[in-house]
Amino acid sequence: MVEEALKIELGKQGVFVTTIEELYNWGRRNSVWPMQFGLACCAIEMIATTMARYDLARFGAEVFRPSPRQADMMIISGTVTKKMAPQVVRLYNQMAEPKYVIAMGACAISGGPFKQGYNVLKGIDRYIPVDVHIPGCPPRPEALIEAFMMLQKKISGQHLTGADRPRHLDAAQQGEFPVPVQGAHDLEPTSNKGVWTVPVVIQ
Amino acid sequence: MKTVEETKAAIEAAVPGARVEIVSNPSVSAQHSLLIAPGDALAVAKFLHDDAELALDFLSNATGVDWPDKEIAEKVKVTRTVVKTVEGVEQSVEETVEETRKRIEPGYLEAVYHLYSVAKKQGPVVIRLRTVNRSDQVELPSLTAVWRSAEFQEREIFDLYGIVFTGHPDLRRLLMWDGFKDHPMRRDYVEPDDFEYEPTAHDEVLARAVAHRNRDQRSEVRVQEDGATL
Repeated sequence: MVEEALKIELGKQGVFVTTIEELYNWGRRNSVWPMQFGLACCAIEMIATTMARYDLARFGAEVFRPSPRQADMMIISGTVTKKMAPQVVRLYNQMAEPKYVIAMGACAISGGPFKQGYNVLKGIDRYIPVDVHIPGCPPRPEALIEAFMMLQKKISGQHLTGADRPRHLDAAQQGEFPVPVQGAHDLEPTSNKGVWTVPVVIQ
Repeated sequence: MKTVEETKAAIEAAVPGARVEIVSNPSVSAQHSLLIAPGDALAVAKFLHDDAELALDFLSNATGVDWPDKEIAEKVKVTRTVVKTVEGVEQSVEETVEETRKRIEPGYLEAVYHLYSVAKKQGPVVIRLRTVNRSDQVELPSLTAVWRSAEFQEREIFDLYGIVFTGHPDLRRLLMWDGFKDHPMRRDYVEPDDFEYEPTAHDEVLARAVAHRNRDQRSEVRVQEDGATL
């Protein structure tokens, strides 16, 4: 590894030194294309974030792709109903690795104001792994940008080898997640094993 | 605008043999409605729509109401002969006793339609249709043929209350998925028990979260016992 100070010094001399890991993460980090996909009112904030005033394109989320095959990131922007949940998981499965998920807003992270409803999923993290959760109802565009920058930080902190390497470089890890079935009374199963475990509530 | 009584009279004059009842609303709004027998509903609806004076051309809202079985306790005075010892002598005495009798009034499902006239700028006229019961005789005639806007709203009523609209062009569930078996807006609907994680539970949610936790603990105990017996 080259030390940071030495790297800067070399840079001044016109010598560019880097590692494959850094280069790889730099590329991954700065070109995360979101999927063009909105679920509820949070989608309006998401649209606002992409427009000129907030301009998510500054961070490399340049184009919203209308196909999951071309997208790197899924922004779950709004309420996930139990009728919609299988389609959301299926879209996630159709995305190519590496793929990331931002759960935007109270509904996407927990069910929000509809949590006790019979028809709303209590958080999309029950079925697919979520990288960043943003609270808010809806979160402001700044919050979505913050979440995006947090995702970039997470990507640049990942090592390409070792036990904590990202999922797409680990053949043993699953890339596809079971799509829940719409049963007679509820979704089956109510959460995917290994993706979500019941958090311990400290009272 | 005709009063409810006048509307009722007009319906009875135009549709011979139509059974119409007035359901009065005792609240301040005094928005009385007309209860129409399901068999006559389509003819009555056609009349309400086509009549020159009423001209109810706009169905603003169709919704459902669930009336579960009601247990009614009545106090009835009963006179009966009782053998009593009065002053050392046995006598049969007539005695009037108050008795509480309970009877169960069967429930039913109801579809309520709110009708307005755009042409005449009047309304609403509220009509109600009732099913026979809540279990197997839940058919009502669809009014989609008269008001096109009833189509989706009747689908919604079918989905959430389970009223089957005969003559509906496309009666499928609207909000829930096709394989769903329940009718969530019925009073006796049991929600899925997914109260495993309630970080800020209070009131009713807290009670259900505790019930869920206890049920889970019981099941764990049962598994252990089974394991021991095996």
